[in-house]
Amino acid sequence: MTADDIWGRLFNFANYGELVALVQNSIVAAAVLGIVGGLIGVFVMQRDMAFAVHGISELSFAGAAGALLIGANVVLGSLVGSLLAAILIGLLGAKARDRNSIIGVLMPFGLGLGILFLALYPGRSANKFGLLTGQIISVDIPQLGLLVTLSVVVLVALLLAWRPLTFDSLDADVAAARGVPSRALSLGFMVLLGLTVAVSVQIIGSLLVLALLVTPAAAALRVSSSPLVVPLLSMLFGFVSAVGGILLALGGSLPISPYITTISFVIYVVCRIVGARKGRGVRASARQPLRVAR
Amino acid sequence: MTSDRPVLEFENGSLGFGGRSLWSDLDLTVRPGEFLAVLGPNGSGKTSLLKTILGQQALDSGSVRLSGRPIRRGDRSVGYIPQQKLVPPGTPLRGRDLVALGVNGHRFGPPLPRRADRERVDELLESVGATEYAHQPVGTLSGGEQQRLRVGQALAGDPVLLLCDEPLLSLDLHHQRAVSELIDQRRRSHDTAVVFVTHDVNPVLDVVDRILYLAGGKFRQGTPAEVLRSDVLSELYGTPVDVIRSHGRVIVVGVPDGHDHHDHHDEVAE
Repeated sequence: MTADDIWGRLFNFANYGELVALVQNSIVAAAVLGIVGGLIGVFVMQRDMAFAVHGISELSFAGAAGALLIGANVVLGSLVGSLLAAILIGLLGAKARDRNSIIGVLMPFGLGLGILFLALYPGRSANKFGLLTGQIISVDIPQLGLLVTLSVVVLVALLLAWRPLTFDSLDADVAAARGVPSRALSLGFMVLLGLTVAVSVQIIGSLLVLALLVTPAAAALRVSSSPLVVPLLSMLFGFVSAVGGILLALGGSLPISPYITTISFVIYVVCRIVGARKGRGVRASARQPLRVAR
Repeated sequence: MTSDRPVLEFENGSLGFGGRSLWSDLDLTVRPGEFLAVLGPNGSGKTSLLKTILGQQALDSGSVRLSGRPIRRGDRSVGYIPQQKLVPPGTPLRGRDLVALGVNGHRFGPPLPRRADRERVDELLESVGATEYAHQPVGTLSGGEQQRLRVGQALAGDPVLLLCDEPLLSLDLHHQRAVSELIDQRRRSHDTAVVFVTHDVNPVLDVVDRILYLAGGKFRQGTPAEVLRSDVLSELYGTPVDVIRSHGRVIVVGVPDGHDHHDHHDEVAE
């Protein structure tokens, strides 16, 4: 295969307008997920739960594969898997160390189960691969509607619980002393995370969920420490990665996931560089006089 | 200091942990504006005492009341200053946001900015002298600056009682003094009662009204002069202990099991 062939498979914008019209529902779903993923990602980072996201997504994969095998709704299967995982992790892993070991135990089990279901599944192999690496173009319209609805539910719930959840994430002891219901919030957050992961699995695939649920927030945290700017930027990064990924992938014949993960990664690298420059500036100017003043 | 109604009352309070009695028959009264230091070695039940007052730990027997009412969990008339633990750099939180959590961090609903909240935060920042670094990320501030912000956060609900759990731990002398002065000022200006758990009484020795000294399942309370005495502490520990006063500092020597008063290391893991 020559470089031109590869380029042609990667990017091909012939008949672009028609293609966009065909997949506009997918684009809407990706846009909403990008935004919600970016938002919940901020809490994922604050609560140090990147590994939990990965663990939940593997069980979500198992659920989806199981649904595929028995001919049930794949989105529902993936929801059952990720909610089970999220609640288990929430109940058993209140402390970070317990949590990591529980995730470490659950994750290979989920992945193994998923592989078993797929091996038993007699249908097309494109469907199988899709659960691991993303298949939004093949999701039908009623299911897209469900994905968007779930994302909006998560978005609204996060906004309503915003302050107590932030308080609990940053300083659980003091939050509890101030009457914040820590335990209920933690479990509630895990449920929201489970829902978001289940949606992401459909769009980007269970192996790559982190690109939408962790990378945008991690990038935003590199360039700002304002509690308003970080979530806004993170949502923007998630949106750009998800929608940009689909738009770029459209003409080519490849899955969309590598486009999404690459955009999201490039944003992160740029933010790191910007953040490093900014950090040097802050330390040199603002920090010094403050020490001397007191 | 004029009102006589106690802020905090323990009556015959007893609490055990893992089959061992931490303290029993504790009668304790803290009045408005009073500064009570809680001293004692690791594992003597200082932290459990705080948890009891926060309503996170029930007594085995006896009762504890706040402003005459039974303790409720998450009571907003109690301000809580936790053990000093640094906020990691990169946390998306500026000085004023930390204080704001004390004002509205418990509130569900859309996080829309409110003018009243903002003014309250400004007021609190001013009162703890943290205005100049209010807009810097908390993770870049020194331990002393962060602890000032936490005092501001704890004062958000105009507490009648300020609970401090080793607030001076790992601060240098200068900041230890600054933070304890801040707490002292507050109780004088607003008649806020203070319960101050510490392993080292020296930074607050000048402002303490009374001491509750916990050790070996027993306790003593009284003024510093009454409690910080060789005979009293020897009896409490059940072994000869020397209390040495030198240059306005109190040093307790001979505490068993290496439970040295001034050991900064063990307490952190508690």
